[in-house]
Amino acid sequence: MLPIVEVSGLTKRFGDFTAVDGVSFEIRPGEILGLLGPNGAGKTTTFQMLLGLVTPTAGSIRMFGKDLVQHREEILSQVNFSSTYISMPYSLTAEENLWVTAKLYGLSDIARRIDEVVKKLEMEEFRHKLTRKLSSGQMTRLTLAKAILTEPKILFLDEPTASLDPDIAHKIRALLKDVRRSAGLSILYTSHNMREMEEMSDRIIFLQKGKVVAQGTVQEITERFGQRDLEEVFLKLARES
Amino acid sequence: MKIHRIQALITRHLFLYKRSLPRLMEIFYWPFLDLVVWGFITVYLMKFQGQLPGVVTFFLGALILWDVLFRAQQGITISFLEEIWSRNLMNLFASPLKPSEFLAATMTLSVFKVAMVSCVMVAAAYFFYSYNVFMIGLSLIPFVVNLIVTGWIIGVLTTSLIMRFGQEAEVLAWGMVFLFQPISCVFYPIDILPKWLQAVAWANPATHVFEGMRGVLSGGSLPVAHLGWAVGLNLLYLVTIIGVFHWTFNICKEKGLLVRVGE
Ligand SMILES: Nc1ncnc2c1ncn2[C@@H]1O[C@H](COP(=O)(O)OP(=O)(O)OP(=O)(O)O)[C@@H](O)[C@H]1O
Ligand SMILES: [Mg+2]
Repeated sequence: MLPIVEVSGLTKRFGDFTAVDGVSFEIRPGEILGLLGPNGAGKTTTFQMLLGLVTPTAGSIRMFGKDLVQHREEILSQVNFSSTYISMPYSLTAEENLWVTAKLYGLSDIARRIDEVVKKLEMEEFRHKLTRKLSSGQMTRLTLAKAILTEPKILFLDEPTASLDPDIAHKIRALLKDVRRSAGLSILYTSHNMREMEEMSDRIIFLQKGKVVAQGTVQEITERFGQRDLEEVFLKLARES
Repeated sequence: MKIHRIQALITRHLFLYKRSLPRLMEIFYWPFLDLVVWGFITVYLMKFQGQLPGVVTFFLGALILWDVLFRAQQGITISFLEEIWSRNLMNLFASPLKPSEFLAATMTLSVFKVAMVSCVMVAAAYFFYSYNVFMIGLSLIPFVVNLIVTGWIIGVLTTSLIMRFGQEAEVLAWGMVFLFQPISCVFYPIDILPKWLQAVAWANPATHVFEGMRGVLSGGSLPVAHLGWAVGLNLLYLVTIIGVFHWTFNICKEKGLLVRVGE
């Protein structure tokens, strides 16, 4: 199967600091790819380039077989993201924010889609609340809701479960796997929770100081580094540098 | 350009205004106070009517028209600031939304804002000072349109600066327009200015509008030459500033500022 995302030689320099350094990877249809790495490794910067928010210094990004720069509008309408770094307008209710997103992406049948997503993410109790009044976990659910609302083919999730309680985090993971299965969605994912990474990812890419230092399934990676689990691999790699 | 995306942005701001008292105040309270103060000044000046013919009609008309420009500028800049304050820029620009659609939405919003503020001011001027702005006549329409466009130009300029230089530049949202006020000859004719500044002022489309307005109010006919200049300059600057906005937008994407403004 043709990869749905192809990243090759992706590099970002801010002045003379290199945040992302010649990164190449692919995401296959329906695959969950975990992007792992210590603070400052370049994960968020990579996401931002994939979303067209930051211009790469070098390298290329192709999605659905098309170049991101030349087909930005077409590609981004089939992509969505969620991140701990974003928020949504505070003076709108959760539902109004979803409505604006739906309109922005040109969805039809908006009311039905919103109902579905609200149900899936168990947002009934706060759908009419002002976004300002949401707890951080509810906020995370709202940004996730906006991400799946638009029925994307690729989801970029930057630490999506960072502020969720274990119960909700568990449900979100189950939900993501479920959407992946039913919609054949591909997901690129970051998290500092190693168990979550092991549970979610079909494959893992380990970034360090902007470079890919390991790539493969969880098993391949743990075996290669002679460790029992991902956490140990992480500690080994992070401490060696 | 896709209408649904522009519509999405406009609705987002209407939701916001619907429940925000400070934002509504901005539309009604300040313009109203402005008018009250200037109204009294005008009443006072009326005592010297003999020495200063037409002073009353000049002042309130000028004030209302200046507010058209000011609110048009604010409509653009504040809409952008709202996105920064709510950390929403990423949501917008990681969607298929184009910078030009963003501008189109803020321009439309600024027209709403101008329409509302103008209604308040026109009504208040009429009730409190029996001042009827419509005595300017038919030329009022091209005047207002030109001032809105000049407001847009200053608004997009300010927005570009805020996008590029971040939080420190936020004060420009309120201050920038007043840099243009002295050379817009709002309350005084252009020949009051020193010669070199007159040359600068003539390059400002707003000056042509206000000169034209004074012409009409002192009995002249439709000021075709002034309007011609205003339209020409506005078009030139509008095209230029939209180019500058896109250029700044790309610089911000290079430097990774788009995801950081407001932090
Ligand atoms: N706009 C920018 N200008 C300058 N440096 C930047 C910019 N954005 C990111 N960086 C730098 O690039 C490096 C990578 O940052 P990035 O946010 O991608 O890391 P990360 O892997 O997401 O880390 P974390 O796990 O802490 O979220 C950091 O050293 C950061 O300071
Ligand atoms: Mg990060």
